Amino acid sequence: MSKRIGVYICRCGGNISDYVDVDKVKGAIEKEKDVVLTKTTMFACADANQKEMEKDIQENDLDDVIVASCSPKLHLTTFRAVTVRAGLNKFNYYHANIREQVSWAHSDDKPGATENAIRVVKAAIAKMRHAKPLKPIKIHSKKAVAVLGAGVAGMRAAIALAAMDCEVYLIERNHFVGGHTAQWEELFNSEETGKNVISRLFHELLLYKNITIYTGAQVIENAGHIGDFMLKVRVEPAYIDEIPDPLEIKKAIEVCPVEVPDSFNFNLTQRKAIYRNNPEEFPEKTVIDIKNCTRCGECEKVCKSINFSQKEKIITLHAGTVLFATGFDPYTPRENEFGYSRISNVITLPQFMRLIALCDKKLIYKGKEVNKIAYVYCVGSRQPDGENKYCSRYCCTAAIFTSINVRKKYRNIANYHFTRGVRTYGKQEVYYNESLRMGDVYLQSFDHELPVVYQKGNKTLVKINDILTEQRELELEADLVVLVTSMVPREDQSTASLFKLPKGRDKFLKEIHMKLRPVETVIDGITIAGTCQGPMNIAESVNSSLSASAKAFSYISKGELELEPIVASINKNLCSWCNACYEACPFDAINKVDEGSKSYAVINNSICKGCGMCLPVCPYDAIELITYSNREIEEMIDMLAKD
Amino acid sequence: MNASDKKNAKILVFSTDKISDPAIDMAGLLKLYYPVKVYTIAIPCSSAVKSRWIMHAYEKGFDGVFIAADGSDCPYDESCTEKTGLIVAKTQELMKQKDMDPARLRMSAVCSVCSEAFVRQMKSFNEYLSKSA
Repeated sequence: MSKRIGVYICRCGGNISDYVDVDKVKGAIEKEKDVVLTKTTMFACADANQKEMEKDIQENDLDDVIVASCSPKLHLTTFRAVTVRAGLNKFNYYHANIREQVSWAHSDDKPGATENAIRVVKAAIAKMRHAKPLKPIKIHSKKAVAVLGAGVAGMRAAIALAAMDCEVYLIERNHFVGGHTAQWEELFNSEETGKNVISRLFHELLLYKNITIYTGAQVIENAGHIGDFMLKVRVEPAYIDEIPDPLEIKKAIEVCPVEVPDSFNFNLTQRKAIYRNNPEEFPEKTVIDIKNCTRCGECEKVCKSINFSQKEKIITLHAGTVLFATGFDPYTPRENEFGYSRISNVITLPQFMRLIALCDKKLIYKGKEVNKIAYVYCVGSRQPDGENKYCSRYCCTAAIFTSINVRKKYRNIANYHFTRGVRTYGKQEVYYNESLRMGDVYLQSFDHELPVVYQKGNKTLVKINDILTEQRELELEADLVVLVTSMVPREDQSTASLFKLPKGRDKFLKEIHMKLRPVETVIDGITIAGTCQGPMNIAESVNSSLSASAKAFSYISKGELELEPIVASINKNLCSWCNACYEACPFDAINKVDEGSKSYAVINNSICKGCGMCLPVCPYDAIELITYSNREIEEMIDMLAKD
Repeated sequence: MNASDKKNAKILVFSTDKISDPAIDMAGLLKLYYPVKVYTIAIPCSSAVKSRWIMHAYEKGFDGVFIAADGSDCPYDESCTEKTGLIVAKTQELMKQKDMDPARLRMSAVCSVCSEAFVRQMKSFNEYLSKSA
């Protein structure tokens, strides 16, 4: 069946036409079968041209439209919208890239670039001969969002979504919200403390009736898809009845004989197996750490509200979309990495930040006053031999900011920074300048010649070949060595695995594209925010959470969703179920159907992501990807190959 | 003398929408010239390339086929490199059966900012194909 195809060749104001003879391209394709309209334009994307295209489509009764211009990453959506406004289906539009991949790539060879452009446009025409109007897959969506993780990013996202009138389920694995931000006192680039931020956000959360907070809760099962994710959530009990007598609770904590390291203070202090929230954490409540509780019964003797009969609950939630804000883990140095865990006065930056919060007038560590502090940078980041090749971005500023606060809070402090180059990017440079003005000393080493932390007698020494003093070997005796540790992905990635979320090279959760689609994942309906995606500071986490919440809202705001119909399709006559496609599909989108004596595969369109991984493994060539069929690809190849 | 007057092999590149195609775009943006007879077809994922498409390209006159793979950046699955590798191995077997040089099919991971690496690959592949022609 013949079609009526219109082709526009854009000059892009000379970006294309300076190197590609666009009139020659027009001449070469206007006699192609099915092409009824060819035009060159100065700027195809200009409003005036878009209006002209709409008119052309209607007046010439076009079936398909091709614009040969810039990369589809820039204007595919623009021209799809033009075709829709003119009454066509958006899948009857094709965008041929003759700028980035032709005129710019071959601006050293104008005749060659022109020939190349002709082939590219002819291939586009060959593809569009087979284009069919496609119906987006429409599904009902629940106007509810599950936000996983109630750190600063998750809390902020929950508030933003609630303000947009969504039902929000905020699910936090710990018994208290706030994440790592609750652990920090002073914050850089902010007048607020971590406690202030978390307190403000928590009380704002409580103002919204459409937010339900689940603490001590974890998603254990995921079924469904964008529009309707069915989540099973396990909620751990606190083993204490609601509204207990505060005096009895106080007594119960006193009599509890079990002491465990307090993770809130990075194990610098101990807490009981029955414990209250730290003042920085919310909600204010007491819980029993059942994993460490010995059930000795001492607390029950003094407090009527202790209730060991409470059972964990499994609840089912339905959400149209899921926003991951599951955060990071601070890097734990390996045994003896810069003396960690071997030398008693070597601690990490997060531990140091808690130590400052715990020490009032004097900075005391293990009974000794600390005056001379050595900061060793990039521990767990930019590892020459380890797995973590990335820069954690926040740590230079965090270390310098902390060193300034130490000087302001305590007397007689001397700070020595053993860096690999300071990366206090943007406005954070002011902290670096302030620290220099206050008299901090900066030394720098190469990646292949890192500083060494060692002990001589009862002294802790740090040695460096300092680049800044022509590689002189310098040695410093320190009262405390602070390892400026990186952010690493959560060790427990079980929830991300439930949703089959892809991870990047750095093992953080991966977005589709860091610039073009920075909060979306390849799993439809799942967005990511904050440090589960990579190292960020608090301001960056909040920005990303607002972006993710806007994107999440856009999925469900209409109550109905349109999915791209680019999915695999199985020819059941050719298929005889060999299992290969089922094995190859990373999303469990392929099911087996038995029909009499025959078995064959079927695709679940709402789960299929259109990756095409099932295509080449089929021994019967029974699978095609819509818009990438054998016919379309092979006819494109025919056109590109022609001399 | 124009660059096209030089000996240029005809190379078909299978790029991927989200990862390697942006790198190829950026190569153009940065004017990192590569041989002019390189043509690209973008697909969702490099693990979706069928052997029959590659064989069809040779049949129609392409000197070489290059899969600009997602590698470990694949947004769909961590196993992408392995799966694309299996496609290459399978196709090279088919090529051997037809007495074709299996080195006419190459694959390399091209990340979304790996423009220079892509251009290096194209130049070296073009050189190899031009010499062996």
